[in-house]
Amino acid sequence: MKPRHKRLAFIAAALTGLVVAIALVLNAFQDNLVFFFTPSEVLAREAPLDRTFRIGGMVQEGSVRRDPKSIRVHFVVTDGVAHLPVFYDGILPDLFREGQGVVAQGTLAGDGIFRASTVLAKHDENYMPPEAAEAMMRARQNLSPEALVSDTGPAAGDYR
Amino acid sequence: MNAELGQVALALALSLALVQAVLPIVGAARGNPAWMRIAPYAAVGQFFMVALAFACLVAAFVSSDFSVRYVASHSNLALPTHYKVTAVWGGHEGSLLLWVLMLSGWGVAVSLGSRSLPLTMTARVLGVMGLVSLGFLAFMIFTSNPFDRLLPAPLDGRDLNPLLQDPGMIFHPPLLYMGYVGFSVTFAFAIAALLGGRLDAAWARWSRPWAAVAWAFLTFGIGLGSWWAYYELGWGGWWFWDPVENASFMPWLTGTALLHSLAVSEKRGSFKSWTVMLAILTFALTLLGAFLVRSGVITSVHAFATDPERGVFLLAFLALSTGLSLALYAWRAPKVGMGGSFAPFSRESLLLSNNVLLVVAMLAVMLGTLYPLAMDALGLGKISVGPPYFERVFAPIMMPLLFLIGLGSQTRWKQDDPMTLLWKLRWLLLASLVIGGLWPFAVGHWSPLTSGSLMIAAWIGLTVLRDIVTRLQGNAGHRGLAARLGSLKPSYLGMQMAHTGIAVFLVAVAMVMSYEEERDVRLVPGESVEVSGYDFRFQGTSRVQGPNYSAERGVVEVSRDGRVFTTLYPEKRHHPGQEMPMTNAALDRGLFRDLYVSLGDPLGGGAWVVRVYYKPYMTWMWSGCLLMVFGGLLAAADRRYRLASTRRVAPAVGTTSTSPAGGR
Repeated sequence: MKPRHKRLAFIAAALTGLVVAIALVLNAFQDNLVFFFTPSEVLAREAPLDRTFRIGGMVQEGSVRRDPKSIRVHFVVTDGVAHLPVFYDGILPDLFREGQGVVAQGTLAGDGIFRASTVLAKHDENYMPPEAAEAMMRARQNLSPEALVSDTGPAAGDYR
Repeated sequence: MNAELGQVALALALSLALVQAVLPIVGAARGNPAWMRIAPYAAVGQFFMVALAFACLVAAFVSSDFSVRYVASHSNLALPTHYKVTAVWGGHEGSLLLWVLMLSGWGVAVSLGSRSLPLTMTARVLGVMGLVSLGFLAFMIFTSNPFDRLLPAPLDGRDLNPLLQDPGMIFHPPLLYMGYVGFSVTFAFAIAALLGGRLDAAWARWSRPWAAVAWAFLTFGIGLGSWWAYYELGWGGWWFWDPVENASFMPWLTGTALLHSLAVSEKRGSFKSWTVMLAILTFALTLLGAFLVRSGVITSVHAFATDPERGVFLLAFLALSTGLSLALYAWRAPKVGMGGSFAPFSRESLLLSNNVLLVVAMLAVMLGTLYPLAMDALGLGKISVGPPYFERVFAPIMMPLLFLIGLGSQTRWKQDDPMTLLWKLRWLLLASLVIGGLWPFAVGHWSPLTSGSLMIAAWIGLTVLRDIVTRLQGNAGHRGLAARLGSLKPSYLGMQMAHTGIAVFLVAVAMVMSYEEERDVRLVPGESVEVSGYDFRFQGTSRVQGPNYSAERGVVEVSRDGRVFTTLYPEKRHHPGQEMPMTNAALDRGLFRDLYVSLGDPLGGGAWVVRVYYKPYMTWMWSGCLLMVFGGLLAAADRRYRLASTRRVAPAVGTTSTSPAGGR
């Protein structure tokens, strides 16, 4: 091969490698996007049944119940309008508590209960997860002001 | 009083940074030596001013001066003194001051280490560093002043986040910042070279030790952060593909590419424009990291409070510096050229593949990190990209790269024959296949990915050994093994040490990802759970009192084959200043496995949710990181770099090699 051909082959090989890499990356990316839904959207059946997604909102006051015989926890996530029941098997993050913002990732079963595989840890007690704040905000926008549930907790960015 | 002194010191530092940024660069353009000579003095002066400000802030913390807002929100009277000092960088403003302190410290190091470089070069490098300092100082003074007063002063402060009350926290941020900021030195060298139109082997040689030191610090900082997350955060994981972790990992990837590309630029004179590009890119990625962490755009352990003003400033700084650098690059780089030619199979082409793979890996990480942010910013909905994406993308990109580590150092510069080389290495290939094929059986079931990773780890280890042995045999002139080892250059040993570190690290990743076992179980006192052949018996909890917290301490007896060999004491701590409880895991570390116990929530009646992990080979992960760090430092310590730069001062040193073609 002449040097010029060699160089062409070299460039062609590099390009092929690059295309394969990009295809691989985009494919994996497509499969692993996790979408976000608010409790209202979930109850309106906008969320998929067969795919992992995230929910966010407040843990409803008085809704946390522990199963005494196992490590299962039940609680309700609300955006101020809709109430979504959630199951979780495992250890909740240190900052999880009633009346605080929460983000959970998992799947929705046919019975309308969200089975969380992860409950996201927030490591600052004054920090509102943006997803939770977003859920509250979206729910508010869809309501007339009179219908608003008044106690919705601190807004995002309410730090110091 | 102290706070005002600190304030004044910062203002003076800002003016000195301005002097350092403008006069030397203009002086270099006009050929005015007096202006150029100002650079080192301005750099040293700026360092002293920033150090004074830093000392003022430390003093405010130690004396619990709660009239300073930053102190009041990150410290309190009950905090032990050593944590009062580390609380200085426990929040946004103070950590930014630490960042600037390190940046000006690097400036002093450059002015001391480059006294023998041409005056114009030193002036330009320090000038660019002054510009970077100027940006960060302005950012701090105008948007995040650590000396802001809080009047009337509260009687006691809020506490330091309990997560940060840990020895890991003392070192993790400073080391990470040393690394981040260190890459502004290689950036300054690249820009200085573009300004002067002088991109040669000497430039690459001057940059190399700085790149190696910055890389070593960044590696150490990331490793320490991972270690800290592993035992302190109570998660038991070592890497979460969290956006902030990614923010530090992206410059690490391009920084690694830069190290290798600089080697080619120095030895062969090739890749010079590409090297400059990598230096700019790495610096831009460190700024991107600062933006991600400090603008509040992401949800993370590391994210500071949300403040749009800061985000806008940093984004503008990022856009301005990257834009100007790239414009300069577009204007000057074509004159520099790609340099010497090489064959499709040569050490150059393998290093080029290394660079391409590292940059592709960085882009894949960047896509996963920034895409959700972009979607959110454009109002197109909230999405997130989980660890499965990164894991699936990373393995196929990294495997060929890691395989090339073994091949690269065995390949000749300029041209080599792949068939001959593979034939030469056939026994090593075979040995790697056997070791990697059998190793999994020592731990658990066999799987192709685990086995493949272990094969590559063995391959790297064996090729490193072979290369060292070959070199030692070549140095037959020296008597005794010690003398022969001593004849190997530190830069060479450093490289091999870092490569060995990668192999050791890879073993740990393969093992822990394949064979770790995690169980969350409900245990009543006296009950036990079995994980990977170990028996964990929960003996209940008791109340204990710490210096500034109270805790529930669990007692877990660990036995194997009926013999108790250790007792672990995980804690659930409660800091009175904070609502948040803290999980302190208990670990039993070993060469081939860690056992990890942490307490979840109490279930009443003495029962607890207990988390029990079995993590094989974790010690190898930290050892691998340390090998990489020491490898980087050893490489930077090579006398060659210093001899080459003191050449003009001491021409009597005859052994100095200034030839760019110093390779084999």
